[in-house]
Amino acid sequence: MQFLISMHVNPAVLDALTDAEKAAIGDGHGKFIAGLKQSGELITTQALVDPSQAVVVKVRNGQPVVTDGPFLEAKEYLGGFYLVDCENKERAIELAAQIPDTAVEGLGVEVRQVMFADGQLEA
Amino acid sequence: MTAPPFEDLLRELTPQVLGTLIRRYGQFEGCEDAVQEAVLAAAVQWPAEGVPDNPRGWLVTVASRRLIDAMRSDHARRERETAVAAEVVPEDVPDTDDTLVLLFLCCHPTLTAASQTALTLRAVGGLTTAEIARAFLVPEATMAARISRAKQRIKAAGSSFRLPEPAEREDRLRVVLHVLYLIFNEGYTASSGTELHRADLAREAIRLTRMVHAQLPDDPEVTGLLALMLLTHARRAARTTPSGDLIPLDEQDRTRWDAELTGEGITLAKTALGGAALGPYQLQAAIAATHADAAAAEDTNWQQVHALYMILERIAPNPMVTLNRAIALAEVEGPVAGMELLATLDDDDRMAGHHRLLSVRAHLLEETGDRAAAYDHYRRAAKATASLAERRYLEMRAGRVRPDAESAGRPMSDPV
Repeated sequence: MQFLISMHVNPAVLDALTDAEKAAIGDGHGKFIAGLKQSGELITTQALVDPSQAVVVKVRNGQPVVTDGPFLEAKEYLGGFYLVDCENKERAIELAAQIPDTAVEGLGVEVRQVMFADGQLEA
Repeated sequence: MTAPPFEDLLRELTPQVLGTLIRRYGQFEGCEDAVQEAVLAAAVQWPAEGVPDNPRGWLVTVASRRLIDAMRSDHARRERETAVAAEVVPEDVPDTDDTLVLLFLCCHPTLTAASQTALTLRAVGGLTTAEIARAFLVPEATMAARISRAKQRIKAAGSSFRLPEPAEREDRLRVVLHVLYLIFNEGYTASSGTELHRADLAREAIRLTRMVHAQLPDDPEVTGLLALMLLTHARRAARTTPSGDLIPLDEQDRTRWDAELTGEGITLAKTALGGAALGPYQLQAAIAATHADAAAAEDTNWQQVHALYMILERIAPNPMVTLNRAIALAEVEGPVAGMELLATLDDDDRMAGHHRLLSVRAHLLEETGDRAAAYDHYRRAAKATASLAERRYLEMRAGRVRPDAESAGRPMSDPV
């Protein structure tokens, strides 16, 4: 079963962390990725740039209209994700619990099963 | 899939060659890599140069050479000069079919089901890592890591290359059969664009189960599992529309069921039931055979289906079995009786919010005429499933009973 484990980041919470805390989170992700690779459960992981760099695209009267900023005004933004293939939902939750963000108030980690996939395998 | 003849031969020889190598050199991990390399070499050379006179001997020779090369470079790396030739070479038993021993090893109880299936497909099925990765919709690197991890675990568990002791053989065989069942299901429930690859998994599971059946023809559960697979696979062409939408059993065009597979499945199911002990695969095969006996859905012997589910529920209690029995009971005694049985599942944590429970209840509610409740349950079931095809089907069923739909009890000629 494939699951998307997404990380929802509050930039204010991230900014308030000390350098040591930030480094610990970085190390935690490194270890997590190494473990997932070794067990054969990692499909892919990606991290996104700061939401302030996002642009929103609309098409009006057939013309694209591009505006700065994230689409949703929120406290938390999608910061990145892990796409994993594992035994069952319980295992996905067990994996998610290894992500260092789960220990930090204000950083959210969400698990959802994948229903359809295409395109990433023949690359 | 019409594979070139040498490919079938290669796949059939893979477990035999691997068995020979392990008997000689005694290291599953290294031997498995060497055989995979030899099989790849054959796939390149044989089409061009023709299949050698003794293909099995050719593969054993090439694989042994690869293995010894690998062992030498390992030794060199560790700056050890131990001569491989000095190792005691166990006697080669060319007539032994090691398929079963290999299956027991690949389905080692210390492995997760995902690792057991992957390793079985590679070491026994002779599929390449890339093929297995495609079938399970993961990148090749992911599957390679999983297989390598599984082999390390088997090594760490200190398994020896022989059949399990008689005392544990029965339990270990159940694991093997479960893995074959999982491989089959993975192919059978395929619904996305990669359906073709996954349909091959069902065929592969049948091929492997036939191999086990050839080795253990008197085991009623092995026979039952093979019968169940054949009877299920026979419905393949009838169970989806050309656009990939699901067609439920009672609406399938039964003339499109594969008569040959059905016939073989019914015969095997009957043989299995004549065995000494009853098991879940035999009973599931008997249920599938009962459906296959009915030329049309209306002719189904639901009394018999219900009785078989009663026995299955007794020997292998499981909420899914109870759920299926509720469907049969509703056919025999009416939807209210079916719903009363469903109510007994409400407190089961394994079934809470499960899309199958919701969809069966929706179906029975529809039969009682409670369209509003049926609509609600179909919608909830559609949200709960992780299968796109199933979701489309459930939304279609919801659409049929939608309370405000134009078709809801209103004659078509009515002006809107």
